[in-house]
Amino acid sequence: MVESAPGIHPTPTTRTGVPRWRTAAVVIAVVAACALPLAADDYRVFQVTLVVIDAVALLGLNLLTGYGGQISLGHGAFFGIGAYTTAILVHRFGFPYWATLPCAGAVCMVAGFLFGLPALRFDGLYLALATFALGVVLPQVFKFRGIESFTGGVEGISLDKPHAPLGLPLSPDQWLYLLSLGVAAAGFLVARNIVRGPTGRAIVAIRDSPIAAASVGIDTAMYKSVTFGISALYTGVAGGLSALAVQFVGPDSFSAFLSISLLVGIVVGGLASLSGAIYGAIFIQFVPNVAGDLSKAAPGAVYGLVLLLSIYALPFGVSGLVKRIASALPRRLKK
Amino acid sequence: MEEFLHQVVSGLANGGVYASVALALVMIYRATHLVNFAQGEMALCSTYLASALIEAGVPYWLAFSATVGISFAAGMLIERVIIRPAARAPVLSVVIVFIGLMVALNSLASWVFGTTIRTFPSPFPARPPFGNHYIGSHELGVVGVTLGMMLLLYTFFRHTSLGLAMRAVAQNQASSRLVGIRVGRMLALGWGLAAAVGAVAGMMVAPVVFLDPSMMGGVLLYAFAAALLGGIDSPGGAVVGGFVVGVLENVVGAYLIGTELKLTVALALIVGVLVLRPAGLFGSVAATRV
Repeated sequence: MVESAPGIHPTPTTRTGVPRWRTAAVVIAVVAACALPLAADDYRVFQVTLVVIDAVALLGLNLLTGYGGQISLGHGAFFGIGAYTTAILVHRFGFPYWATLPCAGAVCMVAGFLFGLPALRFDGLYLALATFALGVVLPQVFKFRGIESFTGGVEGISLDKPHAPLGLPLSPDQWLYLLSLGVAAAGFLVARNIVRGPTGRAIVAIRDSPIAAASVGIDTAMYKSVTFGISALYTGVAGGLSALAVQFVGPDSFSAFLSISLLVGIVVGGLASLSGAIYGAIFIQFVPNVAGDLSKAAPGAVYGLVLLLSIYALPFGVSGLVKRIASALPRRLKK
Repeated sequence: MEEFLHQVVSGLANGGVYASVALALVMIYRATHLVNFAQGEMALCSTYLASALIEAGVPYWLAFSATVGISFAAGMLIERVIIRPAARAPVLSVVIVFIGLMVALNSLASWVFGTTIRTFPSPFPARPPFGNHYIGSHELGVVGVTLGMMLLLYTFFRHTSLGLAMRAVAQNQASSRLVGIRVGRMLALGWGLAAAVGAVAGMMVAPVVFLDPSMMGGVLLYAFAAALLGGIDSPGGAVVGGFVVGVLENVVGAYLIGTELKLTVALALIVGVLVLRPAGLFGSVAATRV
């Protein structure tokens, strides 16, 4: 039943040559990203850290929803599980902060895989329903008094900011920014390889035509679960990083609104587009803040409008727009 | 024992509300094979409208009827303007549209009416009927209203030609169009009816949980569970599911897991039904054409 109209999902193609403007843009972006802590104050660095962290989470969600076509309306839950894993390991068990990130990823991967297992049987719509429920319910579970000794109940857990290792002359904010940047870079490389390799083609094939995919020998059930697991892993690591950056986890930080923000992020950035994660992350980090100055209800209104408009007006998101401009520009200039 | 009975009865009253919202969900599902994530927030807006009318001095039942009427028209409008252009898009796009609508309506309500919690009057007397102490008037009223609405809808779909046309459209749009039914109009009508049913549900639940922008969040989740439990394409199933979920939620919450974890009942039910019996109790097993 889940058939994609051509044009809604841009299918990634195997590209032999990368356009030169792209290489240049990527190099400039990387240099600028690394140099940022030198130019900005700690608060700005902190904000950009959150953007980088959101980008990792969006990358995960986009693998599942954009590429895989499986709709998750509850990825905030995995973000929350990752954050809580990190916070609990650091605070209750005295783990070094860096060792908690792989744990957060692993816990979320298992959770995602397990949730994905029954999800194979659902149509797209039912998966959306089930994950929506997960996203709404999880804050209640975090608040649950029976596990208060781990989660801190409604109070949540406060953490200390990790200091830069080896006596590097960096403030904690700068260090955390670079750490997040490293994680994000690794995440992007891995995601790029997944998407361009046989696994990515299988995932996209399942999205575009599950029956055809199955008949050419793709184990659709397995791939769907694994996609869910990988997606949750990304989002979980992002959650763990955010716990370190924000220095706090609380049940209400991971409400259904977070899940919806993530959805907004991939839609605005561009479904099935890796670079879209960055645009989406910038959007969900700054636009609600700006809108929030106007009215308490404004961020929600902006989100709603953006979701509605993007489907009709900008189905490829910002990344699609950038691509279109970039491919049209040289032609214009030559004329 | 008395305590247990009381839990069951107040569960039935909540269940009436869940049943109504589930009924609205099922109506839209039958017509379009889509689950309306914005159903709860549509009902929220309707309830705020009713609240505003009542505060302006309009008598309760007049405000009630006006709200139902306006919600009906608004439902049709939403279908025409927002949903229909996306009707042929993939499921993902449609779900995004629904979520967009949900968020937009919610923030619209809190923008216009503020986020402070309001009380909402109940049309039923404050004193329990017949001097009993198991069931309050409002609880009994909610159950009555739900069953009445169910009966009305049943009669409409069974015994009027318009209802027949709507059922035909739900079955097969192409064939319906060929026999001269205005398919688009029927779909809009379905949305109107669903919005009206949701409005009634909102006005029934508001006196119990008070009116604030997050009022329908939990209700929607229970309604999802109810609709799935009853079978997503079965109106009768939705009503049965609604009452079952209402009672289960109250009893499990009171005796097994505590009220803090009540919402997990909905999650467990949703996942459980999808895994064990995707068609629900009364739904038809979906066959996919290859």
